[in-house]
Amino acid sequence: MPATRIVLPARARKGEVVEIKTIITHPMETGYRRDHVGLAIARDIITRFTCTYAGEEVFRMDLFTGVAANPFVGFTTLATETGEVVFEWTDQHGTVTREQRRLVVV
Amino acid sequence: MARRGRRAALGAAGASLMLLAALPAAGQTATEPGIAAGDRKSGRDFLAPETRAQQDDLSINPGMLWVEQGEKLWREAAGAGAKACASCHGDPSALKGVAARYPAYDARLQRLLNLEGRIQNCRLEHQRAAPLPYESQALLALTALVAHQSRGLPLNVATKGPARPFLAAGRAMFFTQQGQLSISCAQCHDDNWGKRLRAERISQGQPNGFPTYRLEWQTTGSLHRRLRACFQGVRAEPFAAGSPELVALELYLAARARGLPIETPAVRR
Amino acid sequence: MQPGDSNPSRRKVLAGAIGIVVLPLTGHQAHATPENMAEAMGEALGAGAAPKSGRVKLVLPELAENGNSVPLRISVESPMTAADHVDTIYVFSERNPVSNVVRFHLGPRSGRAQVMTSIRLAGTQHITVVARMSDGSLWSSAANVVVTQAACIDDT
Ligand code: HEC
Ligand code: HEC
Repeated sequence: MPATRIVLPARARKGEVVEIKTIITHPMETGYRRDHVGLAIARDIITRFTCTYAGEEVFRMDLFTGVAANPFVGFTTLATETGEVVFEWTDQHGTVTREQRRLVVV
Repeated sequence: MARRGRRAALGAAGASLMLLAALPAAGQTATEPGIAAGDRKSGRDFLAPETRAQQDDLSINPGMLWVEQGEKLWREAAGAGAKACASCHGDPSALKGVAARYPAYDARLQRLLNLEGRIQNCRLEHQRAAPLPYESQALLALTALVAHQSRGLPLNVATKGPARPFLAAGRAMFFTQQGQLSISCAQCHDDNWGKRLRAERISQGQPNGFPTYRLEWQTTGSLHRRLRACFQGVRAEPFAAGSPELVALELYLAARARGLPIETPAVRR
Repeated sequence: MQPGDSNPSRRKVLAGAIGIVVLPLTGHQAHATPENMAEAMGEALGAGAAPKSGRVKLVLPELAENGNSVPLRISVESPMTAADHVDTIYVFSERNPVSNVVRFHLGPRSGRAQVMTSIRLAGTQHITVVARMSDGSLWSSAANVVVTQAACIDDT
């Protein structure tokens, strides 16, 4: 299971713009590299990242081979209500890594 | 790696290498070999501002993924003792300052241990669990976690008493010309630090950021992985990661870096 | 004792050694061309789409230390309201094997049109960023990045 790191505040004022940063361990193997014996290393990448907040998708990212290994993304969302913020990374095989944080809005 | 590419590279590198050869070596006149305490610089000082920012801002530092993973492992029971690191040590922050003292001589084991070796010993002796291979993700994660607790603290290893022969062995290795190209660590990192080779700058070869996230590796690696790369760079057969030879060299590097702050997880080119 | 200091030719030797470890990042990679990028842009934005220049700000280092990971920050001038916001941000490369680098989907709930990530660059090139607004208009900006060759390739 890949390791993830999520940085977002635990609470925010209603209407505040909240900054979110996430990072996940993943080689983002391009498919253009060769191993020590000269064999091509198969492409293996995360293709989609989504952030859902209180049940609604607020951010999505489509990744290609040009995204650096251990993909990092920083984005913002408007604090609207207290709720779960769900992060999902989907790789090219359809495997999903899911993380969840609670954002309290006062 | 394509042979064609490597040859072309050698040719292309030639011109700028001559430039390097024409430059006077720094620190040559000093009677005491090495780098004066006031001139000691972390590898961070040789980075572009963007890479420095990536290291400093922990919310974007990719090495923090290993620290975070280490925190998970810290709380997981392992081995016949069914104990976690946390069972004996409490919070990871209890080990604040420890990394600054390593490598350290253990009188009971009669061995010089680096941080990895100490963690391994806890696994074997206190957890009665299978050893973690050197450079495994789990050992890197635990080492990064422990070293990160000392981020900002100055390196301060013991070099007297029982540590002395290890220091001498490490120091001798640092100044010994190695490999088919017969170059010592000192020739690059004492005598030519700060020199530009195209866009590449040779640093002082300081050990204060490990485990380090290296952009070239696209992952986190140990000091010994880095050292092995330097041995290979001069076409020397590298010692094994975790070998007594490399732990002794690590002690010399840590003594030579005395006072530099721990940066784990550092980000390097 | 410094064995090295007694050797008059050591700096020449040193130069030779570094030569061994230098290898261009570009020597073993597939490359696309600016034409490939134009094609990818046509596919993504609609044939004949002509983004206007402006409203998009991208921050990339002028000189990247390593093409494996180059920090990219993008912001777009937009009120980010339900009526007027950024819908999609596209990033295109003229030299990477795949012209589409990354895409971001935003909306009024983003609050601000501001994203960051780290991208790979197979060599010195222009990076083009296009923003599609909620009214369908396209805005773009480009930046040049000099990518220094990966310096010390090792097999560890
Ligand atoms: C059963 C108790 C126990 C467990 C479990 C344990 N340790 Fe230890 N640890 C010790 C003891 C006791 C010492 C002191 C040295 C010795 O006697 O081995 C120590 C020493 C250390 C030190 C060096 C501290 C210093 O001041 O030099 C580190 C670092 C460390 N442990 C890390 C870990 C990690 C990481 C784990 C989990 C993988 C772990 N330990 C699991 C008991 C434990
Ligand atoms: C041919 C020149 C050369 C030789 C010889 C050499 N290195 Fe290096 N070393 C480099 C380069 C280039 C780097 C990567 C850029 C930098 O940090 O200087 C490096 C990096 C390092 C680093 C990582 C520094 C950091 O901040 O992360 C350490 C530690 C190191 N070397 C130690 C050694 C030791 C110990 C030896 C002897 C076994 C040695 N080097 C021999 C060129 C050399």
